[in-house]
Amino acid sequence: MDYHTMREFADSWGLLFLTLFFVGVVLFAFRPGSKKSAEEAAQIPLKDD
Amino acid sequence: MRYGAEIVGIGVFAFLALLGAAFAADVAFQQHMWVLFAVLVISAAILMRNISFAPKAAASIPFREGDTAYMDDVVRYGTIATMFWGVVGLLVGVVVALQLAYPDLNIEPWFNFGRMRPLHTSAVIFAFGGNALIATSFYVVQRTSRARLFGGNLAWFVFWGYQLFIVMAATGYLLGITQSREYAEPEWYVDLWLTLVWVAYLLVFLGTIIKRKEPHIYVANWFYLSFIVTIAMLHVVNNLAMPVSFVGSQSYSAFAGVQDALTQWWYGHNAVGFFLTAGFLGMMYYFVPKQAGRPVYSYRLSIIHFWALIFLYIWAGPHHLHYTALPDWAQTLGMVFSIMLWMPSWGGMINGLMTLSGAWDKLRTDPIIRMMVLAIAFYGMSTFEGPMMSIKAVNSLSHYTEWTIGHVHSGALGWVGMISFGAIYYMVPKLWQRERLYSLRLVTWHFWLATLGIVVYAAVMWVAGIQQGLMWREYDDQGFLVYSFAESVAAMKPYYIVRAIGGLMYLAGAIVMAWNVYMTIRGYQREEEPIGGYVPAAQPAE
Repeated sequence: MDYHTMREFADSWGLLFLTLFFVGVVLFAFRPGSKKSAEEAAQIPLKDD
Repeated sequence: MRYGAEIVGIGVFAFLALLGAAFAADVAFQQHMWVLFAVLVISAAILMRNISFAPKAAASIPFREGDTAYMDDVVRYGTIATMFWGVVGLLVGVVVALQLAYPDLNIEPWFNFGRMRPLHTSAVIFAFGGNALIATSFYVVQRTSRARLFGGNLAWFVFWGYQLFIVMAATGYLLGITQSREYAEPEWYVDLWLTLVWVAYLLVFLGTIIKRKEPHIYVANWFYLSFIVTIAMLHVVNNLAMPVSFVGSQSYSAFAGVQDALTQWWYGHNAVGFFLTAGFLGMMYYFVPKQAGRPVYSYRLSIIHFWALIFLYIWAGPHHLHYTALPDWAQTLGMVFSIMLWMPSWGGMINGLMTLSGAWDKLRTDPIIRMMVLAIAFYGMSTFEGPMMSIKAVNSLSHYTEWTIGHVHSGALGWVGMISFGAIYYMVPKLWQRERLYSLRLVTWHFWLATLGIVVYAAVMWVAGIQQGLMWREYDDQGFLVYSFAESVAAMKPYYIVRAIGGLMYLAGAIVMAWNVYMTIRGYQREEEPIGGYVPAAQPAE
């Protein structure tokens, strides 16, 4: 595997994978019903010492 | 406590250090091994003096009780170490600033600028910042996971092992031992030791998260974890090197030429991104909500902030190598990713600031919240300035000038320093079970000394840097350079003096803080008028 095959992999499949992963993260964060669980998680530090 | 295994282990290492000194291939290594030997022998002596010979059964009962509580002793030690190294690192900074203005202060060979400068950068980034991150991450992960630190005494190994790394790195620089890699100057044997300590750190942190009683992993822990994992990866790859001798202080990098340069700045910029940004964002996401008494503005935004930041930061390093032998496409890639970083950085800044929405009045009465808000504001400013400077056209003016130094310090003093100070001011009364800090008025003093110090520093460096850049590129109508390089150096002198004054103000603030923290730990409370004045007593209506 030389430099050029690695680079071609990085700017095609690698880029696609990372982009899809990130889009997935955004969709997951804003999925229906996430608001409630996010608000619960935000309270974690405030529950006690 | 019994320290049998620890003392034997330190003894073995002390013996190895002695062998290293005896068979050293070069003088610097020999001196460095004597330093190591002395440090280890003193540590072993201290441990021996602290052995408790009480019967084992009696000692085990309180131990079982303590087993369920949070492990805060190591956080207390870490807080004191942070304060100590902070003052030391800033002091060295003022000294190197004065060395630039007054070259006579270069004392050969140990205290000249070339050796003091990495001492300053490592002391503030790794000794001050690193201890702040280790201490707060141990504090935060226990409380947000509702679990005691994993691994028992492993956390102590992380703390003391890290201090040994700092001492070995610092003494090595002064002895002239360096591998000349920015922010990674320690030589191969110190790097190996740090790798060991860092793996232990990862184990303690991850183990605590795994045994958590809280179902959700709070966002601060995501940031801390990404900082620990990424620094491990960066440290190992950047320091791949072959020692000349296993009893020598010299090694050669596994990379050569432009690959080596890119590896260094992949490391260097992600040290900024993951050490000085992600780790301290973890701090922000815990301590700002705690001090404000309100949850973070948008938890979902914090998740996007996290993923966007770590996905983009890792590609930004090539912007340090504009107009060099690095291929053009790689330079452009670095620039584009740096500019895209505006989005997560400002998303995070807005998230931090908006946590105060509805509680902005606290800015008037609570100097600790004020400090945190200033830190977030400086996070926003320096993450605006950074991408702007990564644009090639701007970089052609700003690169290699004092502007870069000013940019780094508005991030380091403004963001990293102030958020750490805020976190320490919050933690100290809690850790030592004090009702409040010794003095809130002194926090206000610290706030203004530090803020004015940063403003002076950054403003002076802008002027200096832009002047320097313009002098370097000034051609006359014949096509000759107008200024020689030495003229541009001489032009910097007044700026260097004012910069040292700015640094001195910041250092003065840190000394005020050290006094405040010391008195709080001792249990004193200064009698003073509360901030915002006394609440007037209600008068009955006539």
